[in-house]
Amino acid sequence: MRTGRTVTALAAVGLLALTGCGDGGTNAGGSGPGGIKPPSVPKLSSLGAGEGQVNIVAWAGYVEDGSTDPKVDWVTDFEKQTGCQVNVKVAGTSDEMVTLMKTGEYDVVSASGDASLRLIYGGDVAPVNTDLITNYKDVFDGLKLKQWNSVDGVAYGIPHGRGANLLMYRTDVVKPAPTSWGAVFDANSPYKGKITAYDSPIYLADAALYLMKHQRDLGIKNPYALDDKQFAAAVDLLKKQNETIGEYWSDYTKEVQAFKTGNSVLGTTWQVIANLAQADKAPVEAILPEEGATGWSDTWMVSAKSKHPNCAYRWMDHIISPKANAAVAEWFGEAPANRLACAQTADKNHCATFHAEDEAYFEKVWFWSTPVAQCLDGRKDVICKDYAAWTQAWTTVKG
Amino acid sequence: MATPTLDRSAGAAPAEDPARGPVRRLSAWLHRHAGVRLAALLAAPLFWLVVAYLGALAVLFVSALWTVNGFTGEVVRQPTLTNFRTIATDEVYRTVALRSVGTAAAVTVLDALVALPMAFYMAKVARPRYRRWLVVAILTPLWASYLVKAYAWRVLLANGGPVDWLLGGPGSGPGYGLTATVLVLAYLWLPYMILPIYAGLERLPDSLLEASADLGARAGRTFRKVVLPVIVPSVIAGSIFTFSLSLGDYITVQIVGGKTQLIGNLVYANIGAANNLPFAAALATIPVLIMVGYLVAVRRSGALEEL
Repeated sequence: MRTGRTVTALAAVGLLALTGCGDGGTNAGGSGPGGIKPPSVPKLSSLGAGEGQVNIVAWAGYVEDGSTDPKVDWVTDFEKQTGCQVNVKVAGTSDEMVTLMKTGEYDVVSASGDASLRLIYGGDVAPVNTDLITNYKDVFDGLKLKQWNSVDGVAYGIPHGRGANLLMYRTDVVKPAPTSWGAVFDANSPYKGKITAYDSPIYLADAALYLMKHQRDLGIKNPYALDDKQFAAAVDLLKKQNETIGEYWSDYTKEVQAFKTGNSVLGTTWQVIANLAQADKAPVEAILPEEGATGWSDTWMVSAKSKHPNCAYRWMDHIISPKANAAVAEWFGEAPANRLACAQTADKNHCATFHAEDEAYFEKVWFWSTPVAQCLDGRKDVICKDYAAWTQAWTTVKG
Repeated sequence: MATPTLDRSAGAAPAEDPARGPVRRLSAWLHRHAGVRLAALLAAPLFWLVVAYLGALAVLFVSALWTVNGFTGEVVRQPTLTNFRTIATDEVYRTVALRSVGTAAAVTVLDALVALPMAFYMAKVARPRYRRWLVVAILTPLWASYLVKAYAWRVLLANGGPVDWLLGGPGSGPGYGLTATVLVLAYLWLPYMILPIYAGLERLPDSLLEASADLGARAGRTFRKVVLPVIVPSVIAGSIFTFSLSLGDYITVQIVGGKTQLIGNLVYANIGAANNLPFAAALATIPVLIMVGYLVAVRRSGALEEL
């Protein structure tokens, strides 16, 4: 039992209120959306003068000032126009982002769905006054006020963009080219010892997604809602996979280098890593396998303890402005959030390639969400494994 | 001229020096109160030892009894043994702990094997005026950043890298994994093994080696019967460094360890990724206990005087 009595009690009260039945909470694990109310944090009412700087926690490739590639720069102009000096801290996993935001040292974070709710309920981020973000009106409606960026109709963030986790392979080694995630879950893979996987508990969802398509008798409906049996199956699959893994990655530079030297030849990746590896002359290709994939839908959120809220709002407005949103979407390899960004991309087909307006496509992508005890797929008769259980299982998987 | 009132009974200060009056008075007072004197002298170092050092350890043990709310990540301050129960019952933690101890032991043995001949050469064979330079040469790598050295080894051990090439083509080297970790840690901590052994050998009079030779002992026997007994405490002193440094390491293994996990990685993952500080604290008590056990075991060998 990893939960304190206070919170369990709160969850129980919430469940009672929701369901009207008296059997809540004795084994409720974590408390879920709808179960408890997020702490009340005021939102910014009006925009004032900039504070001269803004501290950002972001995914690699989200805040580029030209130091990676002189052509890739959407920070310098922002700094000149607003006088807000941008300090960026790149995080490798959602867990790292949550930990960094808990310090209160940072103003803005590009949170994925498996971090955003934890931040909201932890009281680490404040609701966002969308009236102060001029570009918010152009954001796709399919991204606004979603389960991962709002609570009870209150927006807690500005949608940034979305995309899928891809399968990358060395074209000179892996033949024939893979089409299925089965390539990384094959215990007798010819590429044993050169397979790589993402080093975070959320990677369990990739295994669950594979089982959802290939072991239908398990009845997985949502890779983030796993009961005991489904969870055990996913953990087993990953334990078998562990024998073929060469190394796990969360540091993107390490993965680029590993694919370049050939220490890794097959495994999960992000489009931006594939781009960097290709720029480094590594013969790699990244594909979306036939099973679909896990993915992310990211949200810019502002810290509840932000010392530079005005610069933070200016940053959020800037990063979803058509030009900057187009630049970051192309560099990272994802669908932009601003519909006007589609006209600003260098590759005119970018929005089509990444299915920016194709809601049917994103039905197949399972956005990272925080697993909670109340099953996300709506089942009421079982208790799902919460994120704490996922974390502990991940240690076991790595052995 | 105003003379400050002085405590004449102390018979300490010359009355005609008013500027030194209060200081002398204090000094005289302290002279009469030995206990206060001692307390004042030890207050600062004791404060450091108790608050900063033992205090941190105490906080570690106490927070190991707390838990974290799995969803919001808030620490729940209610003492429970859940964390220790998980560590004791879950097989993976035993495996990782044993692997960490094995790694630390392998690093120590490897370092001892390399350091013994090197230290012997430095202390007994090389000409005295070169010794100084050899010591400098041993110490120089310590000035380079740990990360630079570890990443250099990542490049050396890469597929088709220099190590592969020396051993005959891509894939013939150890690659990234436990072997690579032991190798790199042994490289990193080697100076900490050489220096105590060198110091121990320097104190060994040459006349003992000559006497052994005069009595007909060959080199091997001299080493076993004369040199070894003298330097065992030095080797153990060095092993305390190499063993404890290896036991807590988590960076080298992240860089060259492939998918290997050591205790340090679990602690780091629970702080950085899982945001479970209490569980990390519980895990961190494992190396503390191992080291306390090790120190108690070697206490009798006299190694602690060699540090």
